[in-house]
Amino acid sequence: MRTSTKFKTAIITYMKNPVVFVFYFTALLSVVIGLLEPKFWSWVNIFDLLRNYAAWGIFTTAQVIILISGGIDVSFTAIATVAMYLLGLFMLNHTINNLMTSFIFVIAIGGILGSINGVFVYLTKVHPVIITIGTLSVYYNLLIHFTRGRWLYNLPSFYLDFGLLRIIQIKTSLGPPTGLSVLTVIWISIAVFTWIWLRYTKIGRKLFAIGGNIEAARRLGYNIFLLQLFAYTYAGILSGIGGFVYGAAAQFIQPNAIVGRELDVIAAAILGGASVFGGKGSPLGSVLGTLLLGIVRNALILLRIPSYWHSAVIGGIVIMATLFVALQTRYSSRR
Amino acid sequence: MKQSIFSILLVVILCLTIIGLYIGTSKQILSRVTLETIGYQMPVLGFLTFAQFIAMVNGGIDLSIISVANFAGIIAAILMKQHAFSALMATVSGLVGALLVGGVNGILVAVLKAPALLVTLATGFLVKGISLGITKGYIISGLPNSFVALGAGNLLGIPISFLLLLMVTCGLVLIFSRTAFGRSIYLVGANPLASLFSGISVKNVQLSVYIYSALLSGIAGLIMAARFNAAQADYGGGYLLITVLICVLGGVSPSGGAGRIVDVFIALSILQLISTGFNVMRASAYLATALWGLLLLGILIIARKIPKNVI
Repeated sequence: MRTSTKFKTAIITYMKNPVVFVFYFTALLSVVIGLLEPKFWSWVNIFDLLRNYAAWGIFTTAQVIILISGGIDVSFTAIATVAMYLLGLFMLNHTINNLMTSFIFVIAIGGILGSINGVFVYLTKVHPVIITIGTLSVYYNLLIHFTRGRWLYNLPSFYLDFGLLRIIQIKTSLGPPTGLSVLTVIWISIAVFTWIWLRYTKIGRKLFAIGGNIEAARRLGYNIFLLQLFAYTYAGILSGIGGFVYGAAAQFIQPNAIVGRELDVIAAAILGGASVFGGKGSPLGSVLGTLLLGIVRNALILLRIPSYWHSAVIGGIVIMATLFVALQTRYSSRR
Repeated sequence: MKQSIFSILLVVILCLTIIGLYIGTSKQILSRVTLETIGYQMPVLGFLTFAQFIAMVNGGIDLSIISVANFAGIIAAILMKQHAFSALMATVSGLVGALLVGGVNGILVAVLKAPALLVTLATGFLVKGISLGITKGYIISGLPNSFVALGAGNLLGIPISFLLLLMVTCGLVLIFSRTAFGRSIYLVGANPLASLFSGISVKNVQLSVYIYSALLSGIAGLIMAARFNAAQADYGGGYLLITVLICVLGGVSPSGGAGRIVDVFIALSILQLISTGFNVMRASAYLATALWGLLLLGILIIARKIPKNVI
């Protein structure tokens, strides 16, 4: 009797977790797409998908941190673009000539721009979306104004080779060999690392606390400024790394490739269980959310849906997710 | 009293802007051509700003205004070009399209209590996607003259769209200062729970706010399509930031509940003058947008430093 009630509660909690729902939805979708288009399950397609979405996955992990702390960041696309583009410029004039320096460079740029966001969010106390719309336009437009926004080709070989590096190589019977890209490994390591410190360190738990109830956190004596600064700086650093990964995957640097796709990332974060009200979210969920959006986009291409309809389909999914989360919040707050 | 000090301050800034630009552009800012340009450009930004104003005063934000505007323009353009609708019918259909999106926003925010930020971001994305889909990403141009008059026509030398903006401004001033509905928008923005307990239907107010916001965006989109003689899914992307900036500059509190149409109109004039002045001086549009961002951040910091009772 008792065990059955326990079992029921467990089932209900399980069903109420949006990440579980997203997981099954993603799995079901993959099976259906696989049946419609067998190419979906080929090694080449799977590894390409994992490689192409590495940068977006890193952005989503960054977004999850901010959402957990009760904020939102739309400027990460600009931070990534600035880091990636400046890196490209310095690589072309040979100021940066090895992998280590370039990695440290994007981390520094991302960290600086991210911390500016954090300072503004704390000082103004205005909703972070307004602040980050502002910083987005400052970062991006200053970059384009001073650099004229030309595409950068002929990047040095250490960077290009890194983008093509495979950790595990698989030979396919027909076509070129494929394998697990180092970029995918970077993405998953970042997600796992972030998950660990969020879960097991004091600062991670405090971020959940300020996102859940900032006033309560303040009265507990938490330093809100340092926590917010930390969240935005960390997200900025991840955005910078995301820019590095994006350029390495594309093999050239296009300044307008990332800006304008903020919603994809916010959607992926929310599909992965984060809440715009703060205090909720998981970096591992962000991987799932990114994969879901990636699989949908991949399927649209494989099923030959005209590209001009892609945004509408993604938009529809985001609306559904919003609706789902809203209904769920309502349901759970009533009980 | 305090409110009027803020308005006077804005008027002073407006005068300083005019004087500054008068010198900076060597008198060109007050030339007939420049003033005419301003008259044709200001209505689009003006209607979009009012759309943002309504949402922000209500304590929300509407990130879908640009997508809705383009959506309305595209519906009207397609109906006129491919289905031979009259300009009037196409205009009405465009507005209906905008109202539908506003209704969806309103229902999601007011009834389902989803955060306005997320809802309007998502509907904006969806609507832009639909616009891209139905136009296949192309520009629809060559609209009938009767429609183009909305954006390019004038009455006794004054642009028709500008007259429309003045009329709507007066209408909004009356609604916000003289009607119960206008007052309730402020009250819900300031404190939704208190408004609910004082007998205001928060649900209805929020629903109408997003419908009005979409209607104003739709008008902006139709004027934009008429002025460019073309409609496209991603015109005017930079306007979103500027509408928020103008509202904040015009004294709208980002957390809702405060702000006046008159002040926002003055702020709108200042920004439009600076923007046109930059054009006359041939400054880069990217630099201008970056400056708007800096201005927005600067004002938010300053506004934080001034105690609430001064403004």
